[in-house]
Amino acid sequence: MSLTLEQVKRIAHLARIETSDAEALSTQGHLNGIFQLIEQMQAVDTSGIEPMAHAQDLGQRLRDDAVSEADRRAAYQSVAPETEAGLYLVPKVIE
Amino acid sequence: MNQWEVVIGIETHAQLATVSKIFSGASTAFGAEPNTQACAVDLALPGVLPVLNRKAVDCAIRFGLSIGAEVATKSVFARKNYFYPDLPKGYQISQMDLPVVVGGSLTLQVGSGDKAYEKVVRLTRAHLEEDAGKSLHEDFHGKSGIDLNRAGTPLLEIVSEPDMRSSDEAVAYAKALHGLVRWIGICDGNMQEGSFRCDANVSVRPKGQLEFGTRREIKNLNSFRFLKEAIDYEVQWQINEIEEGRKIQQATVLFDPDTGETRTMRTKEDAHDYRYFPDPDLLPLLIGADWIERIKDELPELPAQKRERFTNVLGLSAYDAGTLTASQEIAAYFEAMVAVAGQGNAKPCANWVMVDLAARLNKAGREMAESPVSAQQLGGLILRIADNTISNNIAKKVFEALWNGEGATADEIIDKQGLKQITDSGAIEALVDEVLAANAANVAEFKAGKEKAFNALVGQVMKAAKGKANPQQVNDLLKKKLAG
Repeated sequence: MSLTLEQVKRIAHLARIETSDAEALSTQGHLNGIFQLIEQMQAVDTSGIEPMAHAQDLGQRLRDDAVSEADRRAAYQSVAPETEAGLYLVPKVIE
Repeated sequence: MNQWEVVIGIETHAQLATVSKIFSGASTAFGAEPNTQACAVDLALPGVLPVLNRKAVDCAIRFGLSIGAEVATKSVFARKNYFYPDLPKGYQISQMDLPVVVGGSLTLQVGSGDKAYEKVVRLTRAHLEEDAGKSLHEDFHGKSGIDLNRAGTPLLEIVSEPDMRSSDEAVAYAKALHGLVRWIGICDGNMQEGSFRCDANVSVRPKGQLEFGTRREIKNLNSFRFLKEAIDYEVQWQINEIEEGRKIQQATVLFDPDTGETRTMRTKEDAHDYRYFPDPDLLPLLIGADWIERIKDELPELPAQKRERFTNVLGLSAYDAGTLTASQEIAAYFEAMVAVAGQGNAKPCANWVMVDLAARLNKAGREMAESPVSAQQLGGLILRIADNTISNNIAKKVFEALWNGEGATADEIIDKQGLKQITDSGAIEALVDEVLAANAANVAEFKAGKEKAFNALVGQVMKAAKGKANPQQVNDLLKKKLAG
């Protein structure tokens, strides 16, 4: 399997990464190199083996339902580019 | 309209009743100052890791068991990737391939009275996920304000099969689901605060056609009325489009309650490609048989089981049983009443809860839980109707007196206000004689064949008795005297 230039550009768009044509072309080469590696791995016979959802074969650790976090808004907002009335301000985005 | 069939499936986001978020220890309390309940995990600061809230899983298991679904022994969290300012991580943690709840069904009552029917809606799945924050687009000199208090709030997304065939069925489904999640205590159901919101997938197809038409999804309906209005508008719009020779494009639409119309938000071409993949920050969620068993033991009697008991043991109609199990509050009130009034009086108890009490609460704008008349008081009132101490009419007066706190029990009010029904036949006979003597004209009319004159005489006797004479006895005595 290999990616077309078109697909590379779409993935870049979805990830909000601006790419020039030259960058897209070189990225296509890198990605297709990775696909070759994956193809090698896929050649291994895994029939009868249940896929793992995580590299570690463990179950999720759980926590009790309790509030443990205090309000640290002032500290968090001191490093934010812009705030007002307790809100983080961002360029207007309306879907 | 007749040759079209409507097909509706519903996705519901129910906010789970936890005190802290699904992956962090920040509070989920509603209405706090912006961003005071958004911690480092919710803000996606570098280096943070999610840790799953056990209670959120408890809620999902509860739900699964209450709809007869399979609770997955192993489910997996996945990242749903998209960019929006109120989603700090750039992805939402959700579940995709292996959800925590699979299958199940919900039985609903649709319509009322003679037209009522039962309908089974199958559920596809329910999965755990986190909510996003909130964007405020006004008043920030051209910028958007972001409040992340809601980010990370636990949600159960409940997906139905496309089994509904009208907006009425869709509303009945949403109401049944709303009743159930509150019943089992996993969601407060507050629709104004967004704790329970529905997306409706709507399509139409010619009657008899097997394959579905192209669907459009109406997003974020937060009231039953909007759900109905939005679907009705959307269905008519789709039929018009098709009848005018246009094709329906798969799309996501928004409902505007002010205009009553739906409008396209995005079409399939620019639909999101969410690039789901298993979240490497979270291990698979493993739910053992002992955990499921423990939750099963904690579950209250479910609405469907209660309905069955109300019809089979108490002899109520399916409609009455359905109404009385609409919420746990109503059911508990009714059962507490029956405990006082006895199973033999279940039907009058049902009527008083559904008619008199419901109307009075409605008039006062109160919820069942805020009723000034307790179930025990009302049950006591039913006993006095049943044993003929008072008539139904007087009972309404006693009820009003109980409502106004004029006495602690029905008996006390009946006693204090002298409302006890006159059943002493000698006393009633004296009243009847008095009335007959004083109303010779009516008597003559009756004897001349005018039935209405009889009712006038009954009215006179009741008036003389200040409404306290037993109506049946008055009827019988009058008939006897007039015949003689």
